[in-house]
Amino acid sequence: MSTTDLSRDGARSVRGTAMRVLFALCAFLSILTTVAIVLTLLLDAVDFFAAVSPIEFLTGTKWSPTNEPVAFGVLPLVSGTLIITFGSAAIALPIGLLTAIYLSEYASDRRRAFLKPALEVLASVPTVIYGYFALVYVTPALDTFLPLSTFNALSASIMVGIMIIPMVSSISEDAMSAVPDSLRQASYGLGATKFTVSTSVVVPAALSGIFSSFILALSRAIGETMIVAIAAGQTPRMVDLTDPAGLFLDSIQTMTAAMVQIGASDVVGQSTAYKGLFAVGLTLFAITFVMNLVSEWVASRYREVYR
Amino acid sequence: MTSSETEQTDEQNATPTPGTDGLTDSADDWSADQSTDDRTIIEARDLDVYYGDEQALQSVDVAIPEKRVTAMIGPSGCGKSTFLRSINRMNDLIDAARVEGELLFDGKNVYDDDVDPVALRRKIGMVFQSPNPFPKSIYDNVAYGLEVQGKTDDVDEKVHRALERAALLDEVEDQLDESGLELSGGQQQRLCIARAIAPDPEVLLMDEPASALDPVATSQIEDLIEELAEDYTVVIVTHNMQQAARISDRTAVFLTGGELVEFDDTTKIFENPESQRVEDYITGKFG
Repeated sequence: MSTTDLSRDGARSVRGTAMRVLFALCAFLSILTTVAIVLTLLLDAVDFFAAVSPIEFLTGTKWSPTNEPVAFGVLPLVSGTLIITFGSAAIALPIGLLTAIYLSEYASDRRRAFLKPALEVLASVPTVIYGYFALVYVTPALDTFLPLSTFNALSASIMVGIMIIPMVSSISEDAMSAVPDSLRQASYGLGATKFTVSTSVVVPAALSGIFSSFILALSRAIGETMIVAIAAGQTPRMVDLTDPAGLFLDSIQTMTAAMVQIGASDVVGQSTAYKGLFAVGLTLFAITFVMNLVSEWVASRYREVYR
Repeated sequence: MTSSETEQTDEQNATPTPGTDGLTDSADDWSADQSTDDRTIIEARDLDVYYGDEQALQSVDVAIPEKRVTAMIGPSGCGKSTFLRSINRMNDLIDAARVEGELLFDGKNVYDDDVDPVALRRKIGMVFQSPNPFPKSIYDNVAYGLEVQGKTDDVDEKVHRALERAALLDEVEDQLDESGLELSGGQQQRLCIARAIAPDPEVLLMDEPASALDPVATSQIEDLIEELAEDYTVVIVTHNMQQAARISDRTAVFLTGGELVEFDDTTKIFENPESQRVEDYITGKFG
């Protein structure tokens, strides 16, 4: 008979099971919350669409939930969101990408160790502070040479863009750092300059991560609320492509800002206007959800397998 | 037997070979004569390389002949790869690396202030330990160096010629648009060789180019290296002594601590080395 005791320890098994259940519960909790949120959005939106037809909602070009004559066309809000998204993308994508190239390829280890966390501090500034900064400093500064309204899409776009730079630079830099060093060596060995190595080897090889960072950052810009609610104003307005300058110089209203406005107003809980909040929310959710799907697809489509 | 030995000694006395103490046999005299005719293309003079406080090469002196295969052998960590990478200044990419002494390429010290490592690397191609094709098509892999170096005339022809020279063209002619990563390990390494020779460098540095390959692919690469030496100076690092014996004309033996212990014709190194330490290493008593 063996002297080594290999029998089960009852207490240890119980502890193991308890831990497993605890971890699983935590995992399911967040999924449950998400499902609950989507369900509430859906239920209230269904109520709303009983009063306003989905076609009217999705194609209407006038948004006036509280003032007579009421209209529930979501397009002006979508175009407001698009303006902010494009404006902030124009700021954040190039600056974020160039920052990532600098951090990954040019900066010394010591400088990167300081710069990367410093950049990420940008992401920890509360967005309400960005909003007031845009309203109180950026708009007056731009107003000295541009015919700006007090509330305008330009300042808000710039601030949203600055807010999402760390997202682009941080995720892109991770992707570039993951590019195998053997590829850089191959390129340097052929007499490539650092710039050529960065642009012809590192960036193409990290493309899936770079695209993911772009899409995540844009999702963040689309969902951003405080900055646009404070600095971009509350004027639902259709995109007028014949007047490109006017797009950014005047006040607009994004989907998020419209939701804040309804939530903060004195509309009755069961009114159509109140239910409209959920319809806009559902539209917003659908857009960011699709963007996340695209991001996943892009990441898997362009992922290179290295040996 | 006795008479032939006497004859040999007489011959030695008549034509003493420098640096060999007159102890070499006639076969070595022949190759020594041949190598004295060779033009030196790369020469290290009292070369030291440090990584931080650690010395990786100790006052290395070596003269590498043009259009020959020169092998660098020695145990792991002996500095042979470091020496290879100091030739085309790939060590520059390591922040902590520091070089003292001279390394002459065509008579010019490559560590002079006015030397651009980018220009240097365009004269000296490199093949690495594991095949590292870019995640691009086979064609674009070979054309990459040409584009980088601005040699954009007749790219098509140069790509085909490089692939042919690397003994790969027949196998990939119909799939030039497919990714280089689709190829087998041995094919990938020949692709990397084609990529390195496409811009027509003068020297080809190879850092254990067959260590990640199977025996069949290894023997293909070895045949290829011997052919390449018709046009290029090949400097190859290998931990495989049989490989060095098979393909190289001259062999440098590095031993622990970054010391170049012996440098001579390959046959001499393997049959009758000067140093007891080299003999111990070659015969497997050490390392």
